[in-house]
Amino acid sequence: MDDHLISAVSALTERFRADASEFRGQVSLLVPAENIVAACQALRDEFQFEMLSAETAVDYWPQQEPRFHLVYQLLSLSRNLRVGLRVPLDGNAPSLPTIEGVYPAANWHEREIWDMFGIRFEGHSDLRRILMPYDWEGHPLRKDYPLGYEEVQFSFNYDEIDRRKPYAKE
Amino acid sequence: MGVEQKLGNMGIVTLKLEQAINWGRTNAMWPMLFGLACCAIEMMSAQAPNYDMSRFGMELMRASPRQSDLMIVAGRVSRKMAPVLRRLYDQMPDPKWVISMGDCASCGGVFNNYAIVQGVDEVVPVDVYVAGCPPRPEALIHGIVTLHEKVRGEKIKDWA
Repeated sequence: MDDHLISAVSALTERFRADASEFRGQVSLLVPAENIVAACQALRDEFQFEMLSAETAVDYWPQQEPRFHLVYQLLSLSRNLRVGLRVPLDGNAPSLPTIEGVYPAANWHEREIWDMFGIRFEGHSDLRRILMPYDWEGHPLRKDYPLGYEEVQFSFNYDEIDRRKPYAKE
Repeated sequence: MGVEQKLGNMGIVTLKLEQAINWGRTNAMWPMLFGLACCAIEMMSAQAPNYDMSRFGMELMRASPRQSDLMIVAGRVSRKMAPVLRRLYDQMPDPKWVISMGDCASCGGVFNNYAIVQGVDEVVPVDVYVAGCPPRPEALIHGIVTLHEKVRGEKIKDWA
């Protein structure tokens, strides 16, 4: 690991109770939810991780508790370093503070996470659906969301599906 | 000069009104630019010089729905795009036709999920379905020729 990265990781583990792990040269830190904004602020101001290159969520239901992991990928352009942060979250109305104040790119990333997973971000300026229509119910990328949409129309059930299908009338 | 050679000594040509109007409609049917996804590439290549669609009257593609007759829905229509599609269809003046190009527009294609409309005939009434993923330019041209035959067979009682 790079020296600078080592110092950043050790500072984070001391100050914000993060757990560091490394896999094939990529560093990943498990950060508790209440410290995430301060950790991102420290990484941006003191350790020159200027860019949030990705923010997304993973659903581990039903294999693991806690159910959601929020993943942040930070990139340091000046030093060519990458670090990943993970925040474990529960399944009951998950919410955590937004990092939009630290990295403005998180605006649309967090809207997408709200749309697809249902994780609320406190303090977000404009939290509404971005990919699905605005009146859609449900959060599609959760593991308990149904996978298909329509019953497949073969020749033996052609007529009954034809009757139920909403065709446009002019 | 050329017309006189073909007509010879014919002075007056008579034909039915519906034949004349249907001939006029088929031979100058301008499609609207509605390429959404991968099928748009095949639609573009059908318009390009190699498989020319201008020979069939589709000289150019109008971007404005108010100035077009035919809507070729080329590609996947997502749930968020469906009201937009319907609004553009409503803005087209009569007479208008719809070709659903490709599998995703005809029946949802490989995408049987929450995001894609399962067949664009849930949103607009379709005249001709062209199958393929994506359909070759020749297949799209066959679909257009089929639509021309359908328009030639329209009766004056239906639209007058």
